[in-house]
Amino acid sequence: MTKLNVTINGLPVEAEAGMTILEAAELAGIDIPTFCHDPQLVGAGACRICIVEVENARNLPASCVTPIWDGMVINTESDRAVQARKANLSLLLANHPLDCLTCEKSGACSLQDYCYKYGVSETDYVGEGKDYAVEDSNPFYERDMNKCILCGKCARVCHEINGAGAIDYAFRGFTSTISPAFGEPVENSPCVFCGMCTDICPVGALTPKLSKGKGRVWEINKVKTICPYCGTGCAIDLHVKGNEIVGASGNREGLANKGHVCVKGHYGWDFVHSPDRLTKPLIKKDGKFEEASWDEALSLVADKFKAAGAEGLAGLSSARCTNEDNYLFQKLLRMMGSNSVDHCARL
Amino acid sequence: MTNSIDEVENADCLLISGSNTTEAHPVIGYRVRKALKNGAKLIVIEPRRIELADYADVFVQIKPGTNEAIFNGLLHVIIKEDLYDKEFVAERTEGFEEVKAAVEKYTPEYVAEITGANAEDIVEAARIYAAADKASVLYTMGITQHSSGTNNVLAIANLVMATGNIGRESTGMNPLRGQNNVQGACDMGALPVVFTGYQPVVDPAANEKFSKAWGVSLNDKPGLTVTEIFKGAKDGTVKAVYIMGENPMISDADLNHLEESLDKLEFLVVQDIFLTETAQYADVVLPACTFAEKDGTFVNTERRVQKVNKAIGPIGESKADWEIIMALANKLGIDWNYGSAEDVFKEITSLTPSYAGITYQRLEEEEGIQWPCPTEDHPGTKFLHQGKFSRGLGKFHPIEHQPPAESPDEDYPFILTTGRNLYHYHTASMTGRSKGIKEFSFEDTLRINPEDAAALGVADGDMVKVASRRGEIQVKAEITDTVGKGVVFMTFHFSDSPVNKLTNCVIDPIAKIPELKVSAVKVEKVAEMAAK
Repeated sequence: MTKLNVTINGLPVEAEAGMTILEAAELAGIDIPTFCHDPQLVGAGACRICIVEVENARNLPASCVTPIWDGMVINTESDRAVQARKANLSLLLANHPLDCLTCEKSGACSLQDYCYKYGVSETDYVGEGKDYAVEDSNPFYERDMNKCILCGKCARVCHEINGAGAIDYAFRGFTSTISPAFGEPVENSPCVFCGMCTDICPVGALTPKLSKGKGRVWEINKVKTICPYCGTGCAIDLHVKGNEIVGASGNREGLANKGHVCVKGHYGWDFVHSPDRLTKPLIKKDGKFEEASWDEALSLVADKFKAAGAEGLAGLSSARCTNEDNYLFQKLLRMMGSNSVDHCARL
Repeated sequence: MTNSIDEVENADCLLISGSNTTEAHPVIGYRVRKALKNGAKLIVIEPRRIELADYADVFVQIKPGTNEAIFNGLLHVIIKEDLYDKEFVAERTEGFEEVKAAVEKYTPEYVAEITGANAEDIVEAARIYAAADKASVLYTMGITQHSSGTNNVLAIANLVMATGNIGRESTGMNPLRGQNNVQGACDMGALPVVFTGYQPVVDPAANEKFSKAWGVSLNDKPGLTVTEIFKGAKDGTVKAVYIMGENPMISDADLNHLEESLDKLEFLVVQDIFLTETAQYADVVLPACTFAEKDGTFVNTERRVQKVNKAIGPIGESKADWEIIMALANKLGIDWNYGSAEDVFKEITSLTPSYAGITYQRLEEEEGIQWPCPTEDHPGTKFLHQGKFSRGLGKFHPIEHQPPAESPDEDYPFILTTGRNLYHYHTASMTGRSKGIKEFSFEDTLRINPEDAAALGVADGDMVKVASRRGEIQVKAEITDTVGKGVVFMTFHFSDSPVNKLTNCVIDPIAKIPELKVSAVKVEKVAEMAAK
């Protein structure tokens, strides 16, 4: 790899040829605001919030799609860059509901964060606002296109990662929006409800319904684990508030899935809190289940296992349970003298 | 899988058969679509026109239960047209001549006759597969759930070895494992014939090793498989059964038969998170924690051992499965005192050579490790069979087509085949209790070809009775040309239309897998039944 030397905010940075300004800045630990950029997606250069000042360049290039050259001198927070960024934010605010008090995304909203950073509290461009009905006819997520800043990441993740291609830009100018074909609701499109668009949306335009009103971002602890459904083994974050799961999202550190998920991993976690959960041991008496203590239930099982003898005892372990569970299950059966231990590997 | 998931998108050719990848393994489905964008060729061999068939260079629509014939047919063309990898065959394999002789009669025309596919498609698929530098086969239960399941897999292995498509990156033979930890359950010895890491119970050295480690003299005779366990229950030799986290009363073949077995059992204990259809038959039910309430490890389809982390405390008095098993062991007078899941894992790695180098700390730092990982400085194994097969030379097996146990006849004129949908998982004990999912996908349908439906006078949405020699169910009809004439399809997710009342529990003699993919059934419109 050819190394190039650039200067970012006065710091000398050695980066690789082919890198963008944004990537070189990341290498140096310098943060540049972005809306439309995502390292997993093809660069779009659409939102212009990542513009920077480059010495001897005529304009302010978008750092997410501009490659570096040797000797490039970049200032990410010059007066000119900051003024342009503030104007950009002011233009976005002209069309963005300021309902941060009730917005699900508050605290994790890039628009909110950058307005805070650059001190933009209201728009300089008061005019007509958008007036879309909130689309909530599917059971998985809400689409509020009034909040959309048209970064296009949802459409790109749908086309480039999932491949469903259910949504894209529609119309032009002020009426430009992200939509399934013919303005149909998403359930009438090729959408497969992976919800990766809701994970990647930088604002509150796309939000999961199950999590609505269940907790603020800052109250939520994300616990990384593995999805309990198919054998792909996707790493997911469970969003936890107190002792309750209130959401889930793909975890990008997972090498099997790189943050990508399907409808089950994303929206299929709430069985954990189903009122149908078994919460006490049950013993069947006269054909009816009655609650019992652990001691009573386990004593009964132990007596019956002893009575059955090694030949009469068999067990079905589980492809749903952990290695540790399965290991002890077969160890117990085998220590009791029975090798008749199997599971549903064939189903 | 012999390869890793992230190798899928770099293959030159994907041959997908018996796998509805975009629904059953959606995230791997994304990688398939990425591979196609990268220019890969796609061959789909399926009884149904699944979504991926629409993107395929060749879609070969076969009758359920004709897999060995089609793979023999592909190999026939490849040998006839001299497209096989002579160097690979000579250096890495044995038994090629026998297979060459065996596939001689599987001409495209003969195979077309057996499978219902077009002879030209068979030739084209063979040429595409053989021409690829890096070809990868993806398959699942559509290949294995047959009375000839083992032979189907061997027929694929013949094709893979003859073309040298194994042992390299993005090049191999990839069964996509179904459940989150089916790989791990097998690795852990939850099988009647092996201890952890596939160490046979009949091997004196392995038996002695585990006897010594566990402090008891262990049984060295193979145990019963799941099908044999329920047969034993029926004839009274199996008296007590312990079921953990399984719901055979929805997932197993021939449910009426299974129900008789469960009724005959002297004692059944079910350990689960819900009172499942199976738990209803139990004498004792033990409440277990979900994945979100426990620590441990799952192993995915690419052999990656990954860390499961506890997110919340147990619901009610439920306990982690390993804790329940330990408490039961203590009641049985066995002195176990594991303090954590990690304690158990340490014992596993000490007894399992392919896991020996894995620790919880490494799993967290390295985002999981793919076994085999024999030592702590071993990085894990991204793909298998590089340079050498586990047994040395790859062995070709001559395979003859063997028809399924049931063929359609006058009484039962349709072939029923089963599978999954995108939204639900297995017996839907979890997804069926997930608000959004159950609202969106709440019932099953019988997928039936328009010509067949017209002949039966069945309209879309009509309630029909589907019956086999073993049972009958009622379900709504969905008219679709994704299934061929004479074939009907259902998923097995829904307890109100339990399709496994119809399926056949005849098993493959080696793998003991039931023939869930082929049953003969008849279909009748319920309204007409009522009018009679």
